[in-house]
Amino acid sequence: MNLPAQAELSTARAGQDAAARGSGIECADPTPLLEVRDLRVAFGAQTVLHGLNFSMAPGEKLALVGESGSGKTVCALSLLGLAQGARVSGSARFQRATLPGKHGPGAVVDLLRLAPEPLRALRGQDIAMVFQEPMNALNPVFTIGEQIAEVLRCKRGLNAREAWAGAVALLADMEIDEPQRRARAYAHQLSGGQRQRAMIAMALACRPRLLLADEPTTALDVTLRAQILDLLERLRQRDGMAILLVTHDLHLVRRFADRVAVMERGHIVEQGVCSDLFSRPAHARTRALQGSAPQRDPTEASSPAPAEDAVRATQLQVHYLVPRAGLLGWFRPARFDAVQDVSWRLPAGRTLGVVGESGSGKSTLALAALGLLPFAGELAVFGRPWAVSPAQDLANRRALQVVFQDPFSALSPRLHIQDIVGEGLRIHAPELTAGQRHDRVLAALKDVGLEEAQFPGLLQRYAHQFSGGQRQRIAIARALVLQPRALVLDEPTSALDASMARQVLALLQKLQAVHGLAYLLISHDVAVIRAMAHTVLVLRQGRVVESGPVDTVFEHAQHPYTQALVQAAL
Amino acid sequence: MYALTRPSTVWTRFRAKRSGFISLLLFAALVLASLGAELLCNDRPYVVHYQGQNYWPLWHDYPETVFGGDFATPTDYLDPFIREQLGKSGNWVVFAPNRYGAKTLNYFAKAPSPAPPSRDNWLGTDDRGRDVLAQLVYGFRVSVLFALALTLVGVVLGLLAGAVQGYFAGALDLILQRAIEVWSSMPELYLLIIFSAVFAPSVGLLLGLLSLFGWMGLADYVRAEFLRNRQMDYVRAARALGASHAAIIWRHVLPNSLTPVITFLPFRMSGAILALTSLDFLGLGVPPGTPSLGELLAQGKNNIDAWWISLFTFVLLAGTLLLLTLMGDALRDALDPRKERSA
Repeated sequence: MNLPAQAELSTARAGQDAAARGSGIECADPTPLLEVRDLRVAFGAQTVLHGLNFSMAPGEKLALVGESGSGKTVCALSLLGLAQGARVSGSARFQRATLPGKHGPGAVVDLLRLAPEPLRALRGQDIAMVFQEPMNALNPVFTIGEQIAEVLRCKRGLNAREAWAGAVALLADMEIDEPQRRARAYAHQLSGGQRQRAMIAMALACRPRLLLADEPTTALDVTLRAQILDLLERLRQRDGMAILLVTHDLHLVRRFADRVAVMERGHIVEQGVCSDLFSRPAHARTRALQGSAPQRDPTEASSPAPAEDAVRATQLQVHYLVPRAGLLGWFRPARFDAVQDVSWRLPAGRTLGVVGESGSGKSTLALAALGLLPFAGELAVFGRPWAVSPAQDLANRRALQVVFQDPFSALSPRLHIQDIVGEGLRIHAPELTAGQRHDRVLAALKDVGLEEAQFPGLLQRYAHQFSGGQRQRIAIARALVLQPRALVLDEPTSALDASMARQVLALLQKLQAVHGLAYLLISHDVAVIRAMAHTVLVLRQGRVVESGPVDTVFEHAQHPYTQALVQAAL
Repeated sequence: MYALTRPSTVWTRFRAKRSGFISLLLFAALVLASLGAELLCNDRPYVVHYQGQNYWPLWHDYPETVFGGDFATPTDYLDPFIREQLGKSGNWVVFAPNRYGAKTLNYFAKAPSPAPPSRDNWLGTDDRGRDVLAQLVYGFRVSVLFALALTLVGVVLGLLAGAVQGYFAGALDLILQRAIEVWSSMPELYLLIIFSAVFAPSVGLLLGLLSLFGWMGLADYVRAEFLRNRQMDYVRAARALGASHAAIIWRHVLPNSLTPVITFLPFRMSGAILALTSLDFLGLGVPPGTPSLGELLAQGKNNIDAWWISLFTFVLLAGTLLLLTLMGDALRDALDPRKERSA
C-alpha cells in the first residue's frame, strides 16, 4: 500500500536468507530484528520466566512451543509491556523501522526499558499482536471497518475517508470476500475465521516488522486453521515481517515455523531449526511434545462384532427454536435443525467416533443420546428406548454415562471429590452404607489412576486442587462409579495439553479393554478418532457425510469435507 | 470465570482487609451488648438486700409495701423515698450501669424534659422524659433484629424465586419475570399507609409488608447466576446421572450461585435498618412506645434546641451503617475472583 514496505521487503528477504544459512541455534544475521537476553518475569513472589534468550532475524518465523503454563504467552505480552502487574527484567533489543521518531532511522531500542509513551507508540506501529479469541479482542459496538480505520487514523494519520478506504483494502488483502460489505459488519455478524482475519487486518494496518501471534488458530475450526496460517505466510512474504508464533500445537509449528523454541516452566529448554529439532530432539520435553500424537491401542475389531448394540439411533432428529428478528419472530421462533435424520449404531464394547467441525451437531447428538435433549426418531440404550420422561429413566442413565470436554466446568467447585464421584451412588444405590459408598468411590478413583497414597486426603479435596488431566480422570471416575456399559465422551481431551490428552486416551483404551465399555466418542480431531474408534461418523451441518470403518473412511475419504478434516490433522 | 473462591480463602482475605474485619468485630460487640440491653439499661436493680433479705427485681415484681411504702403498686426504684429506704444501713442495692429503661418515665427528674446530658441521664432525655441512652440501646436492638429478620426472609424468598426462574428458564422464567415486574410496581409506601390505617400497627405486620417487596432485587441476581451455572457441565453431568431437579438445585447450582447473596448481605442489612428508621420517622413504623431510632430522629426534628437527641441518634445510626458498609466492601473484595491474583 505504501512504499517503505517495498523497501523493507528486500531487507527482509536478505534477513531470511541469512537465517536460512545460519547455524540454526542462533540466527547469523548481524543485526537481529529482536534480541531477547535474560528475560525474567515475576508476578509477586512467583517467577514465571527464568531468563529467556532468543533472537529473531527480520522476516523470520519463530515458534514458541510449550504446554499451558509454560510461560509462552507471558513472554509475548511482556515484550509489549502488556503483562499487567509483572516485574520484568532483562533486555529485548528491537530494531525499529526507518520511520519518524527520536530514535532515528533503524534505531535499536530496548523494549523492556522503554517509557510507557514511546512503547505505546511502538505497539501496532512496529510490533503488532494477534490474540487467541477474536470475539473478545474486537469491540462489539463498532463495525470491523471502523476499528481498522481507527488504527489507520491514529497510527498513520490518515483522514476519515482514506482510513475507510484503507480498511476495506486491508480486508481485501485478508482475502475476506465482499470486503465493502464486511467492513460494515459487527464482530458478532462474522464467522470465526472472518473475525480472526479482521483481527489480523487490524494488526497489520501499519505494516509492523514483527507480528506476535498468540495461539491465533486455537479458537478456530480445524479446517480453518490451515487457511489462516497460509494467509499469514502469504502476508509475511509480501510484507517481510517476522512472526513470533505462540502455540501448543506441534502440527502448526511443523507446518509453519522456521525455528522453534521449546518452553517448559519458564525456561527455553531447546531451540533450533524446525526440521532439525523434529528429526533429532535433544530434550525430553521436546520428545514428549512430539510423541504426543495419540497411540492406537483399542480392542481390535478382528474379533467378531458383538451382537448387542449399546446405543442404536434411527432417524434421529434434534431441533432448537431460535428467535427470529423483529417482534413477530419473538412469538414464532425459527426452527434450527441441529441433527437431521441421523442413524447409527454403537456395538457393545466398541467405539463409534463422531467427527466434524464446530456447529456440525456432534455435541447435540451426544446430548440427545444421553436423553438430555428432546429428540425425534428412535434411540435405544441396550435395546431399551428412553422413557417418556428421560430425566427419571434411571435404568438407562445407569447404563450410559458421560465425560465432558472441559474438566474445569465439569466438576462443581464447591463439592469434595468424594461427593462428586459418589453422586451417582447416592441416586442409583441409596441402599449403600456410607462405608460401602466410600469403598466404591475409592475403587472408581483407583480405576482411573488416582490413589490415596499419591494424593493424601484425596476424597476430601476440592476439584481445584487437581490439574486438568487429573480433573478429567475424576470426571471419568464419576461416570465409572455406576459401572456403566457405555460412555459418551464429548471431546474428552480437547481442553487438555497434548501429553495429558495422550495419557487420558490411553486410560480410556485400557478401561475399554478391562470393562468392555462402548464409547460414543465426539471429537473435532481426526487424530483422536483414528486412535480410538472402530467406526466413524462424519457430521456436517447436522447430516452424515460419510460413515464406516475408521480406516476406510479416513484412508479413502470420498467427500471433500472429510478430506479437509483429515488434511488438517496431518 | 468459574474459578470460584473457596470459603477459607474468602475468610483469609476478609481478615486481611483490616477495616472490614474491625468493623465486623465492632458490630458483633454492639449487637451482643444490645442483646443484653436489660442488663445495661434498666430501672430495676439487679439485686436488692433489704432488711436481711435478698430481692431480685429483674425477675420479680415487688410491691412498694415490701420496701416500706404505702401502696401495693410495683416499686418505682427511682422514687427518692424508696432510694432512702434502700440506702439505710444494712441494706444495699446493685443497679444496672444505666438506671433507666427504654420506657422508664422519671417522675422525679430534676430538670424539665427534654433535659440535656447530665450525671443522671448521660445522653439527656427526650421530650417525654425518657433516657436517650436507654432508647438508643433498645432501639438499636430492635433495628438490628428487625433488619436481620427482614434480610433473612428476603434472602430466602429471593433465592427461591431466583432459583426457580434461573434453573427452569424458558417460559416459566418469562412469566415469573413479568409477574415480578408487575409486583414491583406496587406503591409500597401507600400500601404501608393503608395497612397502618386498617390494622393495628405491629412489628410483625411491618416485617411482613416489607418482606413482600424486599426480595425482588436479590432474585434478579440469583436468577442470573442460575442461568449461567445451569449451563455448566457439572449440571449436565448431574442430569446424566439422573439427579432430580431439587437435588441439582440444592447440591450443585445453589452453592455456586451464593456469591451475590453473600456479598449483598451487609448492604441489605443497612438498607433494612434505614428503611425501618425512615418509616418510624414518618410515624408509619413500629407501634408507638416501641423504642426506635426513627422516632428519636423525629423527636430531634421537633425539638431542634435539644441537640443531644438528634446528635447521638445520628452518631449511632451513621456508625452502624458505616460499619455495615465497610463489612460489605471487604466481603465484596474478598469474594471477587478478579482480585485473586493481586491479593
